[in-house]
Amino acid sequence: MEKVQLNVNGFPQVVLVGSHETILETLRNRLNLTGTKQCCDEGTCGSCTVLMDGKPVLGCLTPTVRCVGKEIVTIEGVSSGDNLHPVQKQLVQNGGMQCGFCTPGVVMTAIPYLKENPDPSIDDIKEGLSGNLCRCTGYKKIIEAVKNAAEELNG
Amino acid sequence: MSGPIGKPTPYIDGVQKVTGKAMYTDDYRFPNMLYVGLLRSPHAHAHIKHIDTSAAETYPGVAAVTVGTDLPISFGILPISSDENAMAVEKVRYVGEIVAAVAAETMEAAQKGAEKIIVEYDPVRAFIDPGDSLEVCDPAEQIHSHTKGGKNIHKTAELRFNEPEKALEQSPFKRTESFKFAGVTHAFTEPHSTIAIWNGDETLTVISATQVPHYLHRNLSKVLELPMHRVQVKKPALGGGFGGKSDPFAHEMITAYLSMITKRPVKCTFSREEVFINNHGRHPTTIDMSVGCDQDGIITALDTDTIIDGGAYGSFGVVTSYYNGVLLQGPYKIDKLGFRTRRAYTNKSQCGAMRGHGAVNPRYAMEVILDMLAHDAGIDPCDLREKNFLEENTVTVGQLRITSNGVRDCLQAVREKSDWDKLYGKQPYGRGLGIGCGFYISGSALPIIWNRYPQTVVHAKLDFDGRIVMFSGASDIGQGSDTMLAQIASEELGVPMNYVQLEVADTKTTPVDLGSYSSRVTFMVGNAAKMAAEKLRNEMAKAIAKEKDVSADDIVFRDNKIFTEDGAVDISWEDGVETALAGRGAIVESGYYFSPKMGGDFKGSGAGLSPAYSFGAFISDVTVNPSTGSVKVEKIWAAHDCGKALNPLAVEGQIEGSIHMGLGQAVSEDMRYVNGQIVNANFFDYRIPYSVDTPDMDVTIIESNDSEGPYGAKEAGEGPIHPVLPSIGNAIYDAVGIRMMELPITPDKVLAKIQEKG
Repeated sequence: MEKVQLNVNGFPQVVLVGSHETILETLRNRLNLTGTKQCCDEGTCGSCTVLMDGKPVLGCLTPTVRCVGKEIVTIEGVSSGDNLHPVQKQLVQNGGMQCGFCTPGVVMTAIPYLKENPDPSIDDIKEGLSGNLCRCTGYKKIIEAVKNAAEELNG
Repeated sequence: MSGPIGKPTPYIDGVQKVTGKAMYTDDYRFPNMLYVGLLRSPHAHAHIKHIDTSAAETYPGVAAVTVGTDLPISFGILPISSDENAMAVEKVRYVGEIVAAVAAETMEAAQKGAEKIIVEYDPVRAFIDPGDSLEVCDPAEQIHSHTKGGKNIHKTAELRFNEPEKALEQSPFKRTESFKFAGVTHAFTEPHSTIAIWNGDETLTVISATQVPHYLHRNLSKVLELPMHRVQVKKPALGGGFGGKSDPFAHEMITAYLSMITKRPVKCTFSREEVFINNHGRHPTTIDMSVGCDQDGIITALDTDTIIDGGAYGSFGVVTSYYNGVLLQGPYKIDKLGFRTRRAYTNKSQCGAMRGHGAVNPRYAMEVILDMLAHDAGIDPCDLREKNFLEENTVTVGQLRITSNGVRDCLQAVREKSDWDKLYGKQPYGRGLGIGCGFYISGSALPIIWNRYPQTVVHAKLDFDGRIVMFSGASDIGQGSDTMLAQIASEELGVPMNYVQLEVADTKTTPVDLGSYSSRVTFMVGNAAKMAAEKLRNEMAKAIAKEKDVSADDIVFRDNKIFTEDGAVDISWEDGVETALAGRGAIVESGYYFSPKMGGDFKGSGAGLSPAYSFGAFISDVTVNPSTGSVKVEKIWAAHDCGKALNPLAVEGQIEGSIHMGLGQAVSEDMRYVNGQIVNANFFDYRIPYSVDTPDMDVTIIESNDSEGPYGAKEAGEGPIHPVLPSIGNAIYDAVGIRMMELPITPDKVLAKIQEKG
């Protein structure tokens, strides 16, 4: 076990972690930030996506010790519900989620994606979300939501 | 409709889900909680000679150890095949079957503790190929001792109406074809998870990722020998089911038992590999089907012989066996029909119910053969289908009562939108269109366990605060049933949706609902919720009418107001609440749903009975690369008759999700086993369509307004998967002239067929 200081959603957190522990495990089991979901635990579904210094990373493949000195943002750090990010708002309005289990990962992928790609086509969005597994929606309404969010962000 | 019914309505739990606040089972943690570690069998079929748990018991952090003989009472979703134990007793029947379990202070201690348990096995012959299970074997090799004739056949379902074999012999056109379907699995994103809490009052609370809290409640009571009034099952937010969480599971029994003996909260969450091992997915299936038609393309008869590979235990298998045959009775009129389905026990994890339960594979076979017959008879495949559609308000040969039926409108919609008449058979080599139709039950008319209770009850409660609380046992698994409950109360009482709040899926506080399976929730729970809300409104109207001296029939509830058209009454909702509750306090009204009596009086006549049926027609547009064999589905036009779309946003979502799941089974998904060991228990090797694989989708909702459905509604969750697969298969024929008789349609199979054709 190692004592590390993490910066999560803008707050310093000191935690004892195992050398093999992933940031997904640390977030869920030590910091009680359960919005980040564990689905496959081997980097195939994107459900555990969090931001590390603004870039999306897979929480299940990222050792916690590698997060030291980085800024980690989880779904809890995006919005508490009053002021939804346009991606979140559009996912709700467009029916871009059913069971909702993959949704935090979709949000944490789409937000940085739209920062880098402010005017994506439908095919661009498909590519941008190609690491996020959704078993409910058939992706159509997720893609439409992200497209609408891009338009909203571009104002 | 003046309220939200029929309008696209975002889910009421949408904000919770997009902010990560929605609580799924594994997100709950309780003080002093223990974790479960499971020991699973490395053998497909073996006797257990001895289990030594002593090293596990003394392993640091282990609080309790349990083995099969601690919970010897069997369970299962169907009382007629209650053939499973919480942990293997005497023998194991598949690789990965749970043999023993520990509860420990940490997940790591639980896993390591479980590994300390030593089991001695005596392997016997394993049955992996279902064909082997149909033969007589050494009694010592039988998977279950209860199977008949020395074979490993779980169930033979067979019905014959009007000698189809004779009609087939005389048919001008006849096709007899063999099909093979790989097993596929639900692959919901949320792994199975269960938490059990043994309460201070000697009651048990189980929080679980389940589609069927009621049946879990009953089975926990049975296995744990705990009276039903001391069991509570709660379903929190649930990350997808598709039928894969509609059985009571071994790990739920084990977790509950470990909580009982340790008197501490206990949690068990599966890894993704364990989810694959648990399976309960669609049966691997072989079908030999014969269909005939006359010169005009009218279907003369259908006869089919099917083998489904059930795996080691029963699950829903008896129902699956019948569904493979009886759900061929629509959407076409077939008066001479026969089927036999044999469900084989094999030494693999069991198969059960998955979206479109029991009907997806035979639907593929039927629709492909119809396409072949259309070509044989020189009739357009859409025309041939139209000639054969069942009418509305009719009865099928097996006594299925068909009420509303929008299949003709479905076909017409996709035919026009896809430009079928211009393009079919006329596109360049490599590009093609294909049609597929389907129908499905809108709720099983019979409960799984026979009883005299309604199939669902909903309470609507109104108190001084003016909110309406709907109490329902219905399980929202992502399909939006919670939103539907709020929409109905809002519609009936004329208040905004946020005046309606829910208590759902808790077997202690909510009245019984049988669960989210067989596409029953909108129809049954919707009707019960509507009745409860109407009764509440009538009760309010009575009190207001008395006080204002008007007729209760004249009182309107709309736009958050209560009024009469002549202005004699014009009060706010809040004033109406106070008037209605004056001198009596809270009003609680109940609605319920019973299916009407229906069906024939022959054995097996109950299978497939439903108070209504959904219908659909889909056309796929595919590109086939003849040099690689790869198939790309470019676009799917989907038209589905759901009676009335209570929430068009949710209905579209169900249709689009069905296209996704149907596409996966059609082109890539395949549960692969080597010597009984699943070899692709992960999302790298079990290929599910991702966003880049998703075709364009054009969805049309057809509203046939069913006379018995709530506001006319029928199902939309399962019916839309059926046409997807054959529309793809038939489009491949139009593109490159080959018939794909084996799913999934992978490039190697396509290439082989193209080369064979030359």
